[in-house]
Amino acid sequence: MAGSKSIEIRDLSLSFGELKVLENLDLDIFDGEFLVLLGASGCGKSTLLNCIAGLLDISDGQIFIKGNNVTWKEPKDRGIGMVFQSYALYPQMSVEGNLSFGLKNAGVPKAEIAERVARAASVLQIEPLLKRKPSQLSGGQRQRVAIGRALVREVDVFLFDEPLSNLDAKLRAELRVEIKRLHQKLSNTMIYVTHDQIEALTLADRIAIMRGGKVQQLDTPHAIYNHPVNKYVAGFIGSPGMNFMQGTLNGGDKPLFSTGGIKVDLSRYKFGNGGSPDGSQAWLGVRPEHVSTGRDAADKIFSSEVNVEVVEPMGSDTLVWTTLADQEFRFRMDGQKNVEVGETLQIGFDPVSASVFDLQTENRL
Amino acid sequence: MTMEPIGPRPRRILDPVRIMIYCVLVVAALYYLLPLYVMIMTSLKGMPEIRLGNIFAPPVEVTFEPWVKAWDTACTGLYCEGLKVGFWNSVQILIPSVIISIAIASVNGYALSFWRFRGAEVFFTILIFGSFIPYQVMLYPLVIITRELGIFGSLAGVIFIHTIFGMPILTLLFRNYFASLPQELFKAARVDGAGFWGIFLKVLVPMSPPIFVVAIILQVTGIWNDFLFGVIFAGTQNFPMTVQLNNIVNTTQGVKEYNVNMAATILTGGVPLLIYFLSGKYFVRGIAAGAVKG
Repeated sequence: MAGSKSIEIRDLSLSFGELKVLENLDLDIFDGEFLVLLGASGCGKSTLLNCIAGLLDISDGQIFIKGNNVTWKEPKDRGIGMVFQSYALYPQMSVEGNLSFGLKNAGVPKAEIAERVARAASVLQIEPLLKRKPSQLSGGQRQRVAIGRALVREVDVFLFDEPLSNLDAKLRAELRVEIKRLHQKLSNTMIYVTHDQIEALTLADRIAIMRGGKVQQLDTPHAIYNHPVNKYVAGFIGSPGMNFMQGTLNGGDKPLFSTGGIKVDLSRYKFGNGGSPDGSQAWLGVRPEHVSTGRDAADKIFSSEVNVEVVEPMGSDTLVWTTLADQEFRFRMDGQKNVEVGETLQIGFDPVSASVFDLQTENRL
Repeated sequence: MTMEPIGPRPRRILDPVRIMIYCVLVVAALYYLLPLYVMIMTSLKGMPEIRLGNIFAPPVEVTFEPWVKAWDTACTGLYCEGLKVGFWNSVQILIPSVIISIAIASVNGYALSFWRFRGAEVFFTILIFGSFIPYQVMLYPLVIITRELGIFGSLAGVIFIHTIFGMPILTLLFRNYFASLPQELFKAARVDGAGFWGIFLKVLVPMSPPIFVVAIILQVTGIWNDFLFGVIFAGTQNFPMTVQLNNIVNTTQGVKEYNVNMAATILTGGVPLLIYFLSGKYFVRGIAAGAVKG
């Protein structure tokens, strides 16, 4: 993804009085990249987006867009277009009026406004709606118009602030694909804020997971899913969430994780630079979808027998709740297999796909 | 035989509670309408009939003479030109006062809810606090201020005073209304390059007719009914209708013409009454909006 930088954020801080919302944040976003800011509510992701847009005055640091220092610039002069969660369409203007409002303010000649509006409308397939008022549109159509309003500005950077959160599940899935198509067609830089990990994983080139005003991990969806840097990221990404078991690590040539009578051989697990600290307390994280059952399970490096306690059928697959080494443990299995509560199942997993975190720092080992 | 409950629950038409409610409402309505009835009846009678003393009886001989006299020839102090002078004075005071006060207050409310400047909260608190100070306390200082400005005893003076005293409640009204609009709309307009006035005039004002109607109602009724500021600041040439009405009714010379007084009072009260009738829904909304502090 190495290319010229589209957005650079240097040492950005924002505080409201005593409350620090963003702290010494650095972020580089490359040309044409789709970056998703993901986090729970209150983590500062929307705040960061508003800072980039210039809608919030920052307390410290710098923001560059396309190499220009825009730290003190007005939103309109930053070369950005923005799409909001509540659509934020001007209710008294027609769709056409909504699309052309920004261009009129910028003093773009009439002929060019008409041309740009027509182009955006055709890209988003909203031509039949141009004369309507926002109140006469459905949620999906409104959001399309809101995207169009960013599109006509013909800017390098698009900012999305939870654009799909107000839509129902089916429409959300449809528009998600449409946004992805749009990105492939336009190849603008896009920054997309969401709390929905599915949106993040499906759309992003890179995801920045935020917590408490700090970026926890900035990486590709694949890396974040497979190699979360800490327990928070590991628990946040993936649904159902990762299983965490508390236990003791044995270092040396044959690293071992032991808890409540079970031992997991970690020789295939790739430890970080620190290696496996001998005798320290740790979390072992195993994703429910990385657990095998039945005949496959016996071949795995770790395998054990468990009692089925709760069964949640979800159609395509079934989530089974059990107890492993006195700790809660969930795993996914084929939705076509019949599982009864009280049944004993053979499960197993390969520690190469697991994650080990320090008990205190919760960082990946 | 008891019926198996199915479908909508049956409602008794002559529910005792309902009868009770209607009785109370009818009595209350009659009680409040009675004075109006007496006024209208009296205004339609000639003086001989009034002297009979039966105030509830409808007029035997209907005459519109008192109405014409109240409007055209009744004596308001030295001049005998009726209420029409006061009516036009009131209109001249009313229209600029309403327009100027609403124009300023709407911008105030907009700035207070969207452009959170430093000290905005303090400014707002002081403004609201101002609305709790009794007018009488401020009268004398205001007389001096308007005198120094050279507008004491003129139309400009009384318009100035009405604009000032309309500010707290109207600002509160507009601030609360604008605060209820989504912040994202404001942000979108900023990204679209609209400035302070662009956002206000092109985005917010077009979506705010209800609150402007409420503000107009509040101001029209308030300013039209004003007596105190009119008598002090307007100057004798510009006395509003309320002041002239007072002069007609409280005149001490000659016979008390009850029919003319009644007609004059109804004429003066007509404008706010008309506003209430035409805009009942909005007026209630205005009171509710003003009552909620944000």
